Amino acid sequence: MRPLAELESGLDSAGESPDVQDGAEQLLRIGEEVLEHWITVKGEVPTDDRREGFRLLALHRQGAKGDPSFNACRETCREIVYHYNLITMQPELADSTNRLAMMKMICSHLFLFVSGKMQVAELGEFCCSSKPIRLESEYNAQTTKEA
Amino acid sequence: MTTKDKYKKVAYYPGCALEGTGHAYNRSTKAIGKKLGLDLVEVKNWNCCGAMEVKNVDPKLQTYLSSRVMSVAANEMDMDVVMAPCNGCYHNLKKAEYDLKNDKESVEVVDRLSKKAGHKTYESGQVETIHALDWIKDAIGEDGLRERVKNSLSGIKVANYYGCMYTRPRHIFPEKDAGPGSESTSKPHFMDDLLAAAGAENVDFPLKTACCGGAHTLSDSDTSTKLVLNILKAAKLAGADVIATECPTCHTGLEMHQIRAEKRLGVKVEIKILYFTQLLGMALGLKPKKVGVHENISSSLSFLKERGLA
Repeated sequence: MRPLAELESGLDSAGESPDVQDGAEQLLRIGEEVLEHWITVKGEVPTDDRREGFRLLALHRQGAKGDPSFNACRETCREIVYHYNLITMQPELADSTNRLAMMKMICSHLFLFVSGKMQVAELGEFCCSSKPIRLESEYNAQTTKEA
Repeated sequence: MTTKDKYKKVAYYPGCALEGTGHAYNRSTKAIGKKLGLDLVEVKNWNCCGAMEVKNVDPKLQTYLSSRVMSVAANEMDMDVVMAPCNGCYHNLKKAEYDLKNDKESVEVVDRLSKKAGHKTYESGQVETIHALDWIKDAIGEDGLRERVKNSLSGIKVANYYGCMYTRPRHIFPEKDAGPGSESTSKPHFMDDLLAAAGAENVDFPLKTACCGGAHTLSDSDTSTKLVLNILKAAKLAGADVIATECPTCHTGLEMHQIRAEKRLGVKVEIKILYFTQLLGMALGLKPKKVGVHENISSSLSFLKERGLA
């Protein structure tokens, strides 16, 4: 797992890769590593499982367990996967370069969201709208469902 | 009574933001309601929904505050539907509804505080809380809008930005993801549908529900600016001329951090930010001033003139 600063700088080079498939692979890996950071600081071991064929989605699910506010990046992760599929399944398409650039923007959002969340004291207070739902007790059942 | 008929007259809960930074949203929502023949009856003596501040200190108190708004609508105004255009208010009323249906302790706290405050206790299910998007979508619909459009939004490319509170957490929105015609929590489309009916060209925008950092806009401004900048750049990359919003917090955040990004980071992203109600209002023939374009932080007037909307 590379340091966050290295991942951030890697976003640009991956997003501008002349080989769109390689760029998409790099961005997907960066997304995974960003989530690995989040899971590691929470004291857990990042999973090697896959969901719907992607480790990124399994890592997101792991990161959101017990912390529904982390679902604020759920669709971001799914969009990364969607763009990865678009690029790798039809790399010859003329707009693949644009798609790679967009995938970089989405990965960048995931990076900003997770790194911002980690900067805040006690971790996970980024999306304060979800804070009460993360509290223990009566919300536990729903927490599991949402995660 | 059909949903269409039920939504023709609703209790209107503007919330605090629409009386302040989001006044343009208030103005444009009321203006399109009038134009479309829909009746908005403001909730009497409404209070704060508990927003983020109260909720973070005492979630049960937030549930009570939101329940009082619904209680007034149901028990003092005899209304069946409360329409809240602000994502934060909408989210909080839905959360209170969920709590009161599923959590005994919340019911006890709300009952105790309601009695202390001297009003009837709200009971789960007394009213239906909807967003402004549900209101237009169900009361008028795309066909109804098409018939009424005077200035088509044709040629305007729009990135629809819903923010994170309109669809999350999923369990407080049981009516979403409920099959054909319902709103999606993963890829919301009601705003896209309405603006397309008014002639706009919606671009494929992958960050439509991404976090704008709104909650930390004051405590951690730099992170918010970076998040907003990324949203603006992605919308631009998607080919959008305009970002359409449906939340006063998101809208203000996008506008403020667009300016801040230029000042602090030296990055200028040329993209207009307008409430969906402003765009719909102008499509229906209302003048920009009628929908509060002059109240936005950023100026869109010359763009709107170019496009024949002003």
